[in-house]
Amino acid sequence: MNIMKFRPLFLFISLTLLAISAFSIIKWQFRLSSDFTGGSVWEVQFSKDIAKADVEKIFKETNLDLRDAQFDSKKASLKFANIDQSQKTSLDQKFKNLDSGYLELKYETVGPILGKELMQKTLVAIILSSLALLIFIGSKFNDFSFGISAVLAMLHDAFILLGAFSLLGHFFGAELDSLFVTALLTTLSASVHDTVVTFDRIRELRQKNFRLDWESLANSAVSEVIVRSINNSMTIIFMLLSLVLLGGAITKWFSLALLIGVVCGTYSSTGVAIPLVLLFKKTKTVTKTN
Amino acid sequence: MTFLCLIINLPASQKVSLHWGKLNFDHTFYRPDFSFKIGSYQFKKNLDLRYGLDLAGGASLLYDIDTTKVPSGDVPSALESLKGNIERRVNLFGISEANVKLTNNSGKNRLEVELPGIEDINQAINLIGRTAQLSFRGEDTKVTDATTSATFAQAFPNDTGINGGHLVKSTVQINPNDSRPEVGLEFNAEGTKLFEKATKDYLNKRIAIFLDDVPVTYPTVQNVIPDGKAVINGQFDIKSAKELSAQLNAGALPLPISILSQTTIGATLGKDTIHKGVVAGLIGLIVLSLFMIGNYGFLGLISVLSLFIYGLITLTIYRLIPITLTFPGIVGFILSIGMAVDSNILIFERFKEEVRDGKPWNVAMELGFGKAWDSIKDANTCTIITGLILFNPFSWSFLNTSGMVRGFALTLILGIFISIFTGVFVTRNLLRVLAKKNNQL
Repeated sequence: MNIMKFRPLFLFISLTLLAISAFSIIKWQFRLSSDFTGGSVWEVQFSKDIAKADVEKIFKETNLDLRDAQFDSKKASLKFANIDQSQKTSLDQKFKNLDSGYLELKYETVGPILGKELMQKTLVAIILSSLALLIFIGSKFNDFSFGISAVLAMLHDAFILLGAFSLLGHFFGAELDSLFVTALLTTLSASVHDTVVTFDRIRELRQKNFRLDWESLANSAVSEVIVRSINNSMTIIFMLLSLVLLGGAITKWFSLALLIGVVCGTYSSTGVAIPLVLLFKKTKTVTKTN
Repeated sequence: MTFLCLIINLPASQKVSLHWGKLNFDHTFYRPDFSFKIGSYQFKKNLDLRYGLDLAGGASLLYDIDTTKVPSGDVPSALESLKGNIERRVNLFGISEANVKLTNNSGKNRLEVELPGIEDINQAINLIGRTAQLSFRGEDTKVTDATTSATFAQAFPNDTGINGGHLVKSTVQINPNDSRPEVGLEFNAEGTKLFEKATKDYLNKRIAIFLDDVPVTYPTVQNVIPDGKAVINGQFDIKSAKELSAQLNAGALPLPISILSQTTIGATLGKDTIHKGVVAGLIGLIVLSLFMIGNYGFLGLISVLSLFIYGLITLTIYRLIPITLTFPGIVGFILSIGMAVDSNILIFERFKEEVRDGKPWNVAMELGFGKAWDSIKDANTCTIITGLILFNPFSWSFLNTSGMVRGFALTLILGIFISIFTGVFVTRNLLRVLAKKNNQL
């Protein structure tokens, strides 16, 4: 199987995905959850049908800016600014007047400082994992072009995942929260997981037939490994897909983020990491012959 | 052969014991002799899975601690006092697994309070947020019965006017004469005057010190103390002296706290999440099993079997450590199931290749395991590296310290180790045993 001849196609797919991601991120940015921006999220379950206008009125009376209110039968998800305890108590009281049997499902209020910290910590974690993996893979294969390729493929996946959530945020209201951060970081490791398996095969084949050029090596390695890559991703996809479809509301976006990450990770080992290695090897040979 | 069986049976017996333990737990009255048989398994009462706040419902509060008003040398002891004081208040709510934690985030001190299953969160917030109130009250000798705290307050009705603001700090000292620990008090100028007057008024009587209206100590005044430096001695050991000193410092070195974030999860939402997560996990598992069996036939069946053992071991470990299961933790677990199958797929694909090369069944199997091992090792090391960065084992403040993310990372890391064990060793031994039987037939 000569998979590497599809390199222009891979390049096209990756560039398209990256371009769409960049476009969406620049145009629509992200819908950041209160984890990042600070603010309050209040989910309540009413015992009877409540008009949205009534809830809006309560917020007007309390001089609070209701940023977002979503009603789903008797459940309401309300978003508003960061409030203190006395304001919350007065809201509680007013809701009780409106519907004495209402139930608080979830209440969350986050100060604005925490969001900044989360952002910084995520960046630090990404940089740190990139470096650690770069060093580990580089030394494992005695060749830093492997490490750099794996890490670039990984960042490629992370960027596409971010782009996907920018799009999902714009069209379906998906939010970036601290769980998304976890999914993002897991994507990084899943992506590298696949890449390393393929690299491993290249190394093994190289020991057997060291005369072969890099392209044929890569080709036979990929065609030997691709069945396992796809099968393996399928198993993870089954687990995640059932979580996306059947899991609760909180689960949905988190699992979807992981799902996108895993699919990207499988593709990028073959479609990004290996072509990059070949690119490095080619430029090296060219400079040598000159 | 026996040795191999032992390896295979090790996880199996674990399964049985867990089952027995559960059975015993559920039917204590019907099978009392069972507890005798499994006498060595004394964990059985703690075997319930522990759920985190997001699943069990409850409140989590994060406070910012203002340390600017306390001299920097006293900050560590003031923080400990604050923690102790908040713990004491939280305990008033009778919550079994309440958790009070001090964290430091790039120099900023934080206090994290977790209250699982709390009903009235507003009351808790009001009580926790209050600054500690220390008061010194003189004895009314007419009241003799001072046993309960209500009558205790009656026995000490006379406020001396001294409060936490008058106390500079309290320290634990060692009496140079009898080398016993004692608790020292140091008052400021105004406090010194008030304390001199109080010790005159109550000479040879008792002065009780109340923290948040709860009496913490009630020493008898033996001298008039004019210099604002008092010593409480008595039957202290180091521990009780430290405890008292910390309680006094909670009033003397008050650290104002302000709420940074608050999360309250109702119990219904958590139940819903667990229920849906379990259903989704099971369906995913069934599809996965069908896929494996369809793809690898008999081998697939073996890997599903070892996957089953994997699940049992993991759950047993969750129960034994115990690990608090949060929602991301469950996802980490489900994800790790997918990864556990990965080792098997790697091995089986290798095995298929060797068979294609014309090697006999059992040789191909051993080669498959041997060659796949390198890939499994390297690939999982990468996942562990990321897992460790997420888990942040040294609690570095520049990395994530959120409990949710760490819960996820922990289940993921554990999952990888267990999956290497079951995916490689258990599957291999199951296959070896079955291969031998096949040869005999």
